[in-house]
Amino acid sequence: MWAYTLKRVLQGIITVWFIATATFFGMHSVPGDPLSGERASTEAIRANLEARYGLDRPLGEQYVIFLGNMLRGDFGISYTQQNREVNDIIREHFPVSATLGILAVMIAALGGVLWGALTALYRNRLPDYIIMFLVILGISVPSFVFAALGQLGLVGLNSAAGRTLLPVAGWGTVSHMLLPALVLGLGTMAYMTRLMRSSMLEVMSADYIRTAKAKGLPMSRIFTHHQLRNAVLPVITVLGPAIAAITTGGFVVELVFAIPGLGRYFVQAVQQLDYTVIMGTTVFYGAFLVFMVILVDLVYSWVDPRVRLQ
Amino acid sequence: MSQYNDGVHRTLRDSDFEPLGEQSTTPLLVRPSRSYWQDAWIRLKANRRALVSLYLVIGLLLFTFIGPMIWRVDPALQDVDQISIAPGADRSALVAEAYEPWVNGQVEPDFAGGSGLRLAAEPTTLRVRLLWDPMPGADNYRVYRNNYPIEDPQALGIPLADITRDNVYWYEDRLDLRARDYYYAVVVLDELGQPTDQFETVEVNVGRVITAVEARNRGLVGAGESLAVGDEVMMPWHPLGTDYLGRDMLARLMAGARVSLFIGLLAPLLYVVIGVVYGASAGFLGGKADQVMMRFADFVVALPFLLFMILFQVVFGIGPGESGIVPMLIALVVLLWPATARLVRGQILQIREEAYVSAAKLLGASHHYLILRHMIPNTLGVILVTLTFAVPSAIFTEAFLSFIGMGVAPPTASWGSMCNEGLKNMLTHPHELVFPAAMISITVLAFNLLGDGLRDALDAKMRSAE
Repeated sequence: MWAYTLKRVLQGIITVWFIATATFFGMHSVPGDPLSGERASTEAIRANLEARYGLDRPLGEQYVIFLGNMLRGDFGISYTQQNREVNDIIREHFPVSATLGILAVMIAALGGVLWGALTALYRNRLPDYIIMFLVILGISVPSFVFAALGQLGLVGLNSAAGRTLLPVAGWGTVSHMLLPALVLGLGTMAYMTRLMRSSMLEVMSADYIRTAKAKGLPMSRIFTHHQLRNAVLPVITVLGPAIAAITTGGFVVELVFAIPGLGRYFVQAVQQLDYTVIMGTTVFYGAFLVFMVILVDLVYSWVDPRVRLQ
Repeated sequence: MSQYNDGVHRTLRDSDFEPLGEQSTTPLLVRPSRSYWQDAWIRLKANRRALVSLYLVIGLLLFTFIGPMIWRVDPALQDVDQISIAPGADRSALVAEAYEPWVNGQVEPDFAGGSGLRLAAEPTTLRVRLLWDPMPGADNYRVYRNNYPIEDPQALGIPLADITRDNVYWYEDRLDLRARDYYYAVVVLDELGQPTDQFETVEVNVGRVITAVEARNRGLVGAGESLAVGDEVMMPWHPLGTDYLGRDMLARLMAGARVSLFIGLLAPLLYVVIGVVYGASAGFLGGKADQVMMRFADFVVALPFLLFMILFQVVFGIGPGESGIVPMLIALVVLLWPATARLVRGQILQIREEAYVSAAKLLGASHHYLILRHMIPNTLGVILVTLTFAVPSAIFTEAFLSFIGMGVAPPTASWGSMCNEGLKNMLTHPHELVFPAAMISITVLAFNLLGDGLRDALDAKMRSAE
């Protein structure tokens, strides 16, 4: 177990280094540079600004400095917002994105397992058809449409109730999070439902279920201890990629619902060509995702010991 | 042959040498022999959902490539008289006289009489002329216009003007008038210029008009036809309505389909080909080369996808407001090939161990033969299914990027950017959001269902189940 963990963490560190390198050289090969605006009007100002951001040194040296700073957890200063460190931006906005993302993943996983198990139990009957129809809808409709429809629905609901049941946009309380998290998790939930259904159907015809029935276990116990537990394994495997998809896919939901998350900040930084913020958030997000995937893999290998042996 | 063995000799006759008629001794085949692909096609045809989605995909291709030849409307052309109109809206307009300034609040004969806030002339999209009687205790007046019936004195709409001149009790509205109902209100202002709670309202039903010169310039009537004031002309027809700039929705959907399908079909095709070549060579080479190649693929897989899609736009020097269709294509190819490569490598590794490959090797088959005859045909099904599922995800990505403004730039239409624009007018003109969103959903749905159907049809396990 320890050897496996160590191996995965080492791989993760190399991956993060790869992401950082790709981002660094990507950003430095951009035509023009962040200072070629009207701010660097004279040669002297320009030289000063370059010295401040360390752009006057050779690329190789800049790269070494960048890696060194990164190891110390310092991503530099924002280009557009002077005196604001990238770390501050991340510290301030990432918790918002993370809260939203975790809530969305929870909704997606719980919903997916529940609906998937239901469809398998009611295979080829009405509940199965209804849920699978909704699943196809969930996979085919883009999240921004769901977001818009959700807001529209809330507006209608609030005006029908005559008071604000749930806020339409913004951030702050749990009631602000519910709809965005649901919208964010919807696509993943649909995908997980599909996965859960097929794995549940496979489990239901397994020999050990027959054995369990034969020794007279009650159906409820067979369902919770034998079927659900085994069928849920493939859903855990996709949790890692799902977290990745949900946290990076959060931009749209954050934009539509006016949530001050890191995703929205990233899009804004890209639009303003704020290079340090772009690099910092990319590396941070990349590292976060890589280690989330590793965490999920470790949990999986703990749940299913067969994985470790491979 | 038996005649030689039974010990009886007889002379052979001519009839012994005539061919026998049709007589089959071997039992008939239970089912006709079909190739793998024929078999898959038959199974696909039997799957009604897959068949419907196949028709949908064909229809979509027709819509994209044949559609613009039939519906020859410029997707960037603005029809300023018909902005944000819903599909099937009334498009008739009356020919009116050219606009002439209104002096001294003259009232047209048809509108003489009446009291309170009233009209002084027929309200048209050229101008609305309002007239009211002096109100007691009024120093000045403020004119408001609202799109909705006025229920609350606090919500009167947009203030259009303050009337501060003495003995002026009329107002002419020429501000961006549309053919619809407006609710005007005139509020009395006190000597300090503050609105009081004394006001009058009137509902005005504005009719769409066009001047004869204008109608001729735009080619709404034939060159030889005469136009008199009061004639009815038809404005350009927009089957699916127009957007917030008066551009034809149908033409824009067709133009957007080109962008979406260009990205949606070409990107998967390219990266699946790259992935197949990479994965197949890794799987075929095996050993150290395979390990190194796959480790590199693992790194690329670990890159946060959407973040790097956006980064690519920046790296290519595509700022916000510029069209980055080709960079988007390249980014998709660069970021997504490893998934196919992994899949194909797995397949190749599996096939390499199959008994029929060993048999072929034993019989002296060359590498060339093995690849062409066994590896490729046996992975083709999986590749085809991957390709079908890759299309919706590429279309989604394009829509997503265009939606956040990192995809195509404004004059170019794309379903994603149309959704983004439609979102702003969602409450008042839902059709601007509904149509592009529906196009995305239908396309993605069709390709997903087709992929499902193909997977079932190409799965050899299903064959024995029949």
